[in-house]
Amino acid sequence: MKIKIIIPTDTIHNPIIAESMLETNVLLNIMVANIDSTYGELIADVKDSQFNRIKKALESKGAVVAVLDQPITRDEEECVDCGACISVCPMKVYSFDENWSLCVDDKKCIQCGMCIKMCPHGALKLGE
Amino acid sequence: MVEKSVQEINTKIEDGSVNVVTAEEMVGIVEELGAEGAAKEVDVVTTGTFGAMCSSGLMLNLGHSEPPIKIQKIWFNDVEAYSGVAAVDAYLGAAQNSDVRGIQYGGAHVIEDLLRGKEINVHATSYGTDCYPRKVLDTSITLEDLNEAFLLNPRNAYQKYAAATNSSKRILHTYMGELLPKFGNVTYSGAGVLSPLSNDPEYQTIGIGTRIFMGGAQGYVIGNGTQHSPNNGFGTLMLRGNLKDMSPDYVRAASFTGYGATLYMGIGIPIPILNEKLAASTAVRDSDLVTEILDYGAGSRDKPLIREANYAELRSGSVEIQGKEVPTSSMSSFKNARKIANELKEWVNNGKFFLSMPVEGLPRDRKVKPMKQTQAVPLVKDVMSDFIVTIKKDQTVRDAAKKIWENSFNHVAVISDSGELVGLVTAWDISKAVAENRFDSVETIMTKKVLSCAPNEPVDLAARRLDRNGVSAMPVVDTQTRVLGIITSDNISKLFARRY
Repeated sequence: MKIKIIIPTDTIHNPIIAESMLETNVLLNIMVANIDSTYGELIADVKDSQFNRIKKALESKGAVVAVLDQPITRDEEECVDCGACISVCPMKVYSFDENWSLCVDDKKCIQCGMCIKMCPHGALKLGE
Repeated sequence: MVEKSVQEINTKIEDGSVNVVTAEEMVGIVEELGAEGAAKEVDVVTTGTFGAMCSSGLMLNLGHSEPPIKIQKIWFNDVEAYSGVAAVDAYLGAAQNSDVRGIQYGGAHVIEDLLRGKEINVHATSYGTDCYPRKVLDTSITLEDLNEAFLLNPRNAYQKYAAATNSSKRILHTYMGELLPKFGNVTYSGAGVLSPLSNDPEYQTIGIGTRIFMGGAQGYVIGNGTQHSPNNGFGTLMLRGNLKDMSPDYVRAASFTGYGATLYMGIGIPIPILNEKLAASTAVRDSDLVTEILDYGAGSRDKPLIREANYAELRSGSVEIQGKEVPTSSMSSFKNARKIANELKEWVNNGKFFLSMPVEGLPRDRKVKPMKQTQAVPLVKDVMSDFIVTIKKDQTVRDAAKKIWENSFNHVAVISDSGELVGLVTAWDISKAVAENRFDSVETIMTKKVLSCAPNEPVDLAARRLDRNGVSAMPVVDTQTRVLGIITSDNISKLFARRY
């Protein structure tokens, strides 16, 4: 399953991802990581059976963990089929069909949220 | 030689014998029949475009209140409009952001909400006169309540537009969308083969008075747009249309992250095929239309050209930059552009839309000028302190403390034996060292990763860097990193104190 791990400012200087993995022996496959000196946000894949263990460990060290079980959704009323989302998606979720209509292959979505900021029409949402 | 007049074409529209095709269909027709054959066969070519057109806005009249007011300031759903025109006229710009909701909601959103029949809150203020005694007004209106509601768009339907990319190391939030670091993507705008002005690049049939498809209604070209620059193929149009007749399918509010509100407009222009020259120009293909890919990483007006690309390349999904395949995104909708060209075609075919010849052409020999700026941009060297206290890296913390005390200066630049900048020590660093009982060389307590700037940098760029990194001072260094002076937030506040 895909999970999102947020590392708030007060714990950003601690190696909490590594600590949690060592402590629980659960391996996280990190797919997206945006970390700087003030804040961190990661998206990782973890086995369903191991999720509770790693969640507990991460949360005990100050991280916020959320399950990403809802891929991106598109509001077809708002969408104007411009295709702005196509080039920012790291997983190639978006493409045009032969009629220049936007196609969304949401199975590929890792819920990184890049496309949400890109969409000028606010047509893309996560977690709904 | 084929010669037709708009009157002849309008007669054909009336009797239902007119032959209309879209600019996309025209490509194949001219390929097959040649320009002369196509000019005989085809009477009208329809074009279409649907994209962000920030230079748009609504001219409206509210009607008079009781008691009447001469509005000086006015807001629609907290978005300010310009009301320095008579008493109850106002111009609401599409790109004006809400005072309350910020860039998520702007003039464009008010326009779309009006079009969708929603109620809009109005707040207006004035100073009161004998003829207009009222000073404050609060009401709510819908589109129906307005006497006039015309979109008056100063710059729409760019002939083509430069594409955008980003060489810098951070994501840029621009009116061309999110530009990923290190040439991570390219964004572009424009309908290519369907672009109205690109299908009549000599402006033979498009000018003041040309009737067009505007936002789903019939509107007019009222002149060249602002920043009209035909010499390099960047012509623009000024348009007018009645919002009350438009459709929200073709007038859509948008907001670009980190940039603000804008309006997506759907525009279509019919081009009468009066001669074979027009037949040839309406056969333009994506691959004939070349634009530039510019680097937005610089943050300055003159963006470096990365390469040229035609619309066929841009629309293919990727272009090559420095040996790498870079994905492209369109910011305008080709699907909707095609829908507009087809709808306009239906209108003409069904006798609902008649063509008009312009009463005056658009300027064909012009290039847009940059702004005349009378105030020179202040540079770092104009405001920096050229006195800076320096210390060698092997001197002691006590030496540094003494220097700060003697010179009443908060920052001491640490230099190597050959005079190059190697670090910075502040009064705070010294307090910390004293508190920890460390009195050895300044090298052990100094900040080693020092931000610095060049004497010829504009002050605002230096100020932005101080702000982004949360520091109060930067040494100014020459190209050999020898210390010339220091710029502090004090220097910058003094600059502003002088100015106002």
